[in-house]
Amino acid sequence: MNHGMALDILLPILIPLAAAALSLICWRSRALQRGISVMATTGLMVAAVVLLVRVYDNGIQVMYTGNWPAPFGIVLVADLLGAIMVVLTGITGLATAIYSLATISKAHEHYGYYPLMHLLLAGVNGAFLTGDIFNLYVWFEVMLVASFALLILGGERAQMEGAIKYVTLNLVSSAMFLSAVGLLYGLAGTLNMADLAEKLAPHQDNPMVQIVAMLFLVAFGIKAGAFPLFFWLPASYHTPRVAVSSLFAGLLTKVGVYALFRVFTLIFPLGDSLIRDLLLGMAGATMLVGVLGAAAQFEFRRILSFHIISQIGYMLMGLALFTPLAIIGGVFYIMHHIIVKSNLFLISGLVYRLQGSYDLKQLGGVYRQHPWVGILFLIPALSLAGLPPLSGFFGKFIVIKAGVEAEFWWLVAVALVVGLLTLYSMIKIWAEVFWKEMPEGSTASVQQRGGTGLMVGTVVALASLTVLIGVAAEPVYQLASATASQLLDPPGYINAVLGDRS
Amino acid sequence: MNNPRQHQSLILRVTGYFLLPLLILFSLFMLLRGHNEPGGGFIGGLVAAAAIVLYMIFSDVKAARRLVAVDPRDLLGWGLAIAILSGLPGLFLGQPFMTSQWMELDVPMFGMLKVGTPLLFDIGVYLVVIGTVLTILLTLAEAED
Amino acid sequence: MNTLLAIAVGVLYTTAIYMILRRSIVKLVIGLMLLSNAANLLIFTSAGLTRHGPPLIVEGSTEAAAVVADPLAQALILTAIVIGLGVLAFAVVLIHRAYEVVKADDMDQMKDTDT
Repeated sequence: MNHGMALDILLPILIPLAAAALSLICWRSRALQRGISVMATTGLMVAAVVLLVRVYDNGIQVMYTGNWPAPFGIVLVADLLGAIMVVLTGITGLATAIYSLATISKAHEHYGYYPLMHLLLAGVNGAFLTGDIFNLYVWFEVMLVASFALLILGGERAQMEGAIKYVTLNLVSSAMFLSAVGLLYGLAGTLNMADLAEKLAPHQDNPMVQIVAMLFLVAFGIKAGAFPLFFWLPASYHTPRVAVSSLFAGLLTKVGVYALFRVFTLIFPLGDSLIRDLLLGMAGATMLVGVLGAAAQFEFRRILSFHIISQIGYMLMGLALFTPLAIIGGVFYIMHHIIVKSNLFLISGLVYRLQGSYDLKQLGGVYRQHPWVGILFLIPALSLAGLPPLSGFFGKFIVIKAGVEAEFWWLVAVALVVGLLTLYSMIKIWAEVFWKEMPEGSTASVQQRGGTGLMVGTVVALASLTVLIGVAAEPVYQLASATASQLLDPPGYINAVLGDRS
Repeated sequence: MNNPRQHQSLILRVTGYFLLPLLILFSLFMLLRGHNEPGGGFIGGLVAAAAIVLYMIFSDVKAARRLVAVDPRDLLGWGLAIAILSGLPGLFLGQPFMTSQWMELDVPMFGMLKVGTPLLFDIGVYLVVIGTVLTILLTLAEAED
Repeated sequence: MNTLLAIAVGVLYTTAIYMILRRSIVKLVIGLMLLSNAANLLIFTSAGLTRHGPPLIVEGSTEAAAVVADPLAQALILTAIVIGLGVLAFAVVLIHRAYEVVKADDMDQMKDTDT
């Protein structure tokens, strides 16, 4: 085992963790915290890209923490899916860190915004890189505790109300996850995911195994915001500071999706099971209910929150169809979605800075005043709706093509209709916020002049990434394809972790 | 409450003053013996935090803050930093993160003393636990006043 | 003993969910506490109850001399308890702050963000 490589896996967790510790130590100095924050997220992104390159070239990377051999110790495993997620975390983290410089108030910086943000990133990356199911639970909790505190930063009434629902449902989900882990340990006597996969493979029909799989489905379904478990999401995501909203929107639900992808390809491969039928139904309902919820809303960030749910449906559809092409589509969709979604939330914050409201009815005429903001909105918005040649088109196209090949016509129909309704929602925002005249008697007013340079810079960078994924769809597709073949090859993962014993 | 001291029990105050140093000592004992017997950084940190909270109950929040001398947030930061640092020595020796390193010291009168990075980790945890509990409880207590 | 613990786990889950469904936010937090305890006890029960010695291996040997209790389940529960403590401490702070802002111990008064 080459230990230089092991450091690559560690850095994406260690950098944010160290940044959290450092910024806690320097909590008296704003400038230091800001510097640490930008440097650490930049470092995180570089480390993540290095890790991805290494995994792409050399296959799955494994690190045995504390030098305990698997399956006895905790292993960190970076396969392509994990590495891609870590890169996306790096991108979102850096974007948020820079955006925060311009938007987070002094009081909140003093209250511990930066340490919490880094702790959240550490938790998210830990979840992506661990190869141990109990360790996954621990990282989930690290991420949750940080997100709880970030959610109520500001202390407004809406934040408290949203946070209570968020905290309750997420804790219920955690308890279910923990119960499932406990039962699984009782069944298999191991917690290492590779070892679990190997031990459970001959017993997939055992009713107890099915029950545990179902518990995982519900627990991760809540985290991912899948139908009918998503109600905490639209109640809370529009309440915190925009930078926080954007970080949550980009990453948190995707950790749930990642966990579903991991557990249902490795430990409980879907095959022709009841769970697969359930997931198919959930995917369709999630898409439809999310987009219909969005259609009824007139608050910028609430529309976007409901669209997160609807988009989760596409990713679940990719997983549930469980064909190679569908998994490719799911992975592609995740890559596209994280960047677009974070960006849309950041743009809603930019509009708030320009006009002082999130209410569609109070806003108007942004395009006339600031044409470039309109263009910047259109890129991710149309990408979300799936217009070619932007990134969303390819994501939707692959998933739907997989649906056609698997002959799930009803699901394909739902996906297509939802695409149209997404376009309707985005056009609604465009018409209300950017196109129409500023309504008379509007209470909206400019919040603060200047200081939008950093905000615009971040938005431009993320928008160009969206365009890039669309233009360079072929290499991204190749990456997703390699990821999917890794996911559909559990023995490869098992051998990488436990050593080739055949 | 006009004068918080009015409501306080004499018994609590007197025993409290005696208990405080004992509890702190006990917490250190718990921290140090954790590797061979039940104990450790977490439980030791809880005992220490409980001792300070007891002090807060029979005096007041300001006095408790003075007693701790440093801001609980500093404890949190340093504790986290120490815990991370304890994982690093292994890396420099070409072993994976968190590999424990031990060395034996010959202490006169006591015999061999085995110290290692897990103790460092536990000290980190100890500080983080005190920091977390105190940050939360002192903030809550201040909000009550 | 297994049956008894299984019943205890069941009762804990039931009461926890009943409490979570109440309108009062204080009861909600009590429910969450019971829920995490229920999960811990479930791990304890499902990992198998043994009345064996501590899992210590004599120096120089690579195997335990006698049958030992499974230490991992207890380590898991300990970790879960620690995490539960942190999360619940936060939940208590949250309901305290929520009570101050909303001035009611009632979930029905907290529906502003739902529609």
